[in-house]
Order: sequence, then structure tokens, then C-alpha cells
Amino acid sequence: MKILVPVKRVSDPDNANKIKIPSGGAKIDTAGLEWKPNPFDEYAVEAALRLTENGATPKQRGGETIVVTFGPKETETTLRAALATGADRAIRVDAQDDALDGSLVARALKTLVDREKPDLVLMGKQAVDGDSNQVGQMLAELLGWPMATFAATIKEESGSLLVGREVDGGVLTLRLKLPAVVTVDLRIVAPASVYSKQTAATFKYNDGVRFAALPAIMSAKKKPLAEVKLAELTPDTGLRIRYLSFEPPPARKAGVKVKSVPELVDKLVNEAKVL
Amino acid sequence: MANVLVVAEFAEGKVKKTTHSAATFAQAVAKGSGGAFSILLLGSGAKAAANELVGLGAAKVLVADDASLVNYVAERFAPTVVATAKKGFDVVVTAASAYGKDLMPRVAAALGAGYANDISQVKVDGAKIAYKRPMFAGNAYGWCEITTPVQVVSVRQSEFAAAQAAGGSSPVEVVKLEPPAAGGDRVEFVSFDQVKSSRPELTEASVVVSGGRALKERFKEILDPLADTLNAAVGASRAACDAGYAPSDLQVGQTGKVVAPKLYVAIGISGAIQHLAGMKGSKVIVAINKDPEAPIFQVADYGLVEDLFQAVPALVSEIRRVKSM
Repeated sequence: MKILVPVKRVSDPDNANKIKIPSGGAKIDTAGLEWKPNPFDEYAVEAALRLTENGATPKQRGGETIVVTFGPKETETTLRAALATGADRAIRVDAQDDALDGSLVARALKTLVDREKPDLVLMGKQAVDGDSNQVGQMLAELLGWPMATFAATIKEESGSLLVGREVDGGVLTLRLKLPAVVTVDLRIVAPASVYSKQTAATFKYNDGVRFAALPAIMSAKKKPLAEVKLAELTPDTGLRIRYLSFEPPPARKAGVKVKSVPELVDKLVNEAKVL
Repeated sequence: MANVLVVAEFAEGKVKKTTHSAATFAQAVAKGSGGAFSILLLGSGAKAAANELVGLGAAKVLVADDASLVNYVAERFAPTVVATAKKGFDVVVTAASAYGKDLMPRVAAALGAGYANDISQVKVDGAKIAYKRPMFAGNAYGWCEITTPVQVVSVRQSEFAAAQAAGGSSPVEVVKLEPPAAGGDRVEFVSFDQVKSSRPELTEASVVVSGGRALKERFKEILDPLADTLNAAVGASRAACDAGYAPSDLQVGQTGKVVAPKLYVAIGISGAIQHLAGMKGSKVIVAINKDPEAPIFQVADYGLVEDLFQAVPALVSEIRRVKSM
């Protein structure tokens, strides 16, 4: 199977409470925060690797996993990290971070998919910076492909995928004939969530994403990394979402520590009046 | 003037409550811009349920009722939404539920429209509409506008109260079901494994009792009596869901459910950024955790540093005692 995995770098999500919004609200200041791969995209890379191997022999890779990102030269770090975990090659679409939105990325990916002809586009359900949750769905529509969003499980069948989606109230299972677009949720990296046709149904993965060994990090530097200009993929580079201003979340007033359960209940009844 | 199309959510013969939050958004935009709004209800058996929506002040309640719509699949639903939107609507809205988040970006792409997800507030100034939405796990809010002629949005249910009856009765009109989108013949609904619960819905409950990984295998045993006593919905942290102590549809957080109840009780939850994103809007937050340094205490109105396995049963008895007085 040939799989295209779009990935994005984001400001360290574990320190998202340290972002600043200068007075006037003209921008979000993420200075001082490290760049990290978007967690959902890391999960998508892991799922793609699981789909292109026998889980018992992960060093023998089958199929092809291509990672693609949009951004300036330094976003190649994100691509190299994915190559080090086992992806085969990478494409960077040269663009400035603030000159992109979900629709534009979907339009450009459409052309890239037409060129690369993967069997599957596998991606995170959302990037945790903008939390916009739309590129996969838009891409599926532009391609005229079936989609399954918020995937928690993927099982490869002949020419199709059985995908369990996390939705309100339970798990909805779809069967998609390839080619298709799948966006992944958190539980896609659980030990028994993704099975290629080669991997035995009894096989259990380690929980989470795989890490790159040092030799793999070195050899990733030699894997192919191509650069494409954004305007080459889509003549229309206009934005459909325009941000006017930003503001911090409403502050919560400092709370109190209570010493005992009876004191807590007393406060809830007489002070907060919620019981 | 902006005409708004609300895409209703429908399951098991009933209109879902999320629809009423989207209708509140539509009422506000229609009123602010001097436009009107209609509601589109798609599903098998939708016609019989349309009268649930005729009292909200909509110009029309549009219905596509067909056996092929019995199970939701985006490729089958989107084309009818797209065709309806093209009949003079400027804004298309659903709630930001799993349904809305799946369907609407697909609709937006088909319309060549921009899409803004998870709107928490809207400002209408004549023909100009600005949307406020949380970003960075709720650590920033952005005001944005959509630059395309048709605008597609989903709204955060916890920020838009359910629409109230507006008087009058909207006419119900049947719309033609459009054939599936390209690729629609390559997707097949297999099953829906529903998690049944007699408790209130997490996103609609006025009290939520939420548990973390610290509860381990005793998640239900410890939380259920408290939830019963408070008539609360049960939620969970991502760590508790990942560890398998709680089903994943209970997850509260940036990528799970967003809740804003009157009372949120966090039990054994440390308070990771992505969890806070899903509950910071609660009116009163209580945290019980034996770690006094847990970040959850920074947002809690009332914090109790105690071992939850002792504190929660004691809390249940104390609430029962006080309520019986």
C-alpha cells in the first residue's frame, strides 16, 4: 500500500498555556515554545508504518509511506523525524505558516495526491494549534474519495479498510474501498488498533508511537526529500479564513483549598449554591 | 442580510439537542443581519420528527426523508446539504458534534466555502459576521471572518444555549434527496456499537463527575454512586480512557467532549492542558486529588487534597445527609 501522510509542526502543546497575546490582540506569540510534531500527525505516521509492515518484523518495510509538510525550510526537521521512524520519503511544500489555512492546504494536497496517486491519505484529525479539524474532510471531497474521520482502529482487507470511528455515543464502523482518506484519533496507537494484512490478528504493538534509533536518525538524512512550491500545486493561494484579532481566555478567579469533605459540601451548598 | 441554514442532527427517530444550539446561533445571525433562517433535517423517519422543529422561528423546516439515510455516512448526507445551501443561503451551521465536525468541512469544500470549526461566539455588524473560536486547547481565542460568499461553521454546544420556542409554526417542506457524492459508492456502513447509559448526556448535564487514571479498575465503583447522588453525567480524562478504565466517548478535553456544566467534579485528575480545554468553562469546579501540586487546583474553585478512595465515598454520604435534612 502507498500511503501519503500530511504532517504539521505545532508549538509545544504541553506548554500551550505559556503562549502570550500582546495587548491589542494582533497576534498569538509563541516565542520560547519549542516546535513539536502535531501529536495526531505522529499517530498517523505510526498507523501508516503499521499498515506497511508485518508487526512482528517491523524492520522489513513493505509499501511506501510518504510524509508531506507545508512550511519554510526549517520544517524539514519535522519531515526528517518522520523519516527516522520509518517513512520512506518526504515532500516539503514551500510556504509561510501564516499564509496557509485548512482550505488552501486541502487544495494543494489535492494536486499532490493526483501526482503521487497514493492508495490512502492518512492524517491527524486536527492540528492542536489552530484546532481547525477540516483538511482531511475537505481533501476527500475535492478528490471524490470516501473518508473516515476520527479513526480509532484500522484493519486492512483486500482493497479496502475496516475503520472504527470514535463518535458521540460509541464506535461507528465503516468499510472504505481504496483509495480513501482517513483521519486518526488518539486511540489509533493503542496496542491492538491497526493491522495490515501481513500482521497476525493476535499481534500486539507497544502502546504509542515508535521512537527512532540513532542509526535510523543518521540514515534518515539520506532519504529523499523533495521541495515543491505552493503556487505550483494550486494557482489560487487565497485564504478563506482571515483572523482579525486574538484574545486570552477568560481568567478564572483563584479558588480555595478546603480541609475536609464536610467543609466542601458546606461550601457547595451555602457559598456556591450548586447542591 | 444573511440567510442561515441550520443542518439538524437526527438519530433514532429524534432530533438531537445539538440542533437547538445551532438554531440559537442562527436566530442571532438572522436577527442581527435582518435575514432569516431555515432548518434542514435529514434522516430516515425525518418527516415524522419535523414537528419538533417548527416552533423555533425558522422560515421553513426542510426535510429529506429516505431509507438510505438510516445510518449517517457523510458521502450520502453532504450532497443534499450542498444543494439546499445553494438555494440562497449565506451561512450554513451545525453543532460541533462528531456529526457536524465530520460533515461540514466536506460540505464547505463542495461549496468552495471557508469553514470555521467550534465557534464560541458570533458578532454581526450589518453584512459582516465575525466568529470567535478557541485555539491552542482553549489557551487563546481568535476572532475570524470567512472570506467566501457562503460561510460554513460549526458551533460549540456548551456556548450556545438550546433555542427556545419562538412562537408560530414554520411550514415543513420536503426537499429532494441528492445522489451520493463521488466516492459514496465506495463507503459502506458496517455497524454502530452504542454505549448505552441511563445517565444524562455529558454535553447537556448540569453536573459532571469526571475521573482520572488514579481510579484504576475502580472507576465505576467509585464514581457511579457520586454520579447517582448528583444526577450527574460521568466524564473521564484522556489517561483514564487510554488505560481502558473508561470508554473513550466519556473523554473530556481538547479532542473529546467540551462541557460547561453548573458543577464539574474532577476526581483524581491531574489537569493536563488538553483536559482543561474541555471543562474550563464550567461554572463551579471541584477537584479532589492527593497531589497538592496538581495543575487542576489552579482552575478549581474548591480543592480538596485527599486520597480519593476515602474522600469520594465520604462525599457521597455527606451529600446524602445534607440533602435529607
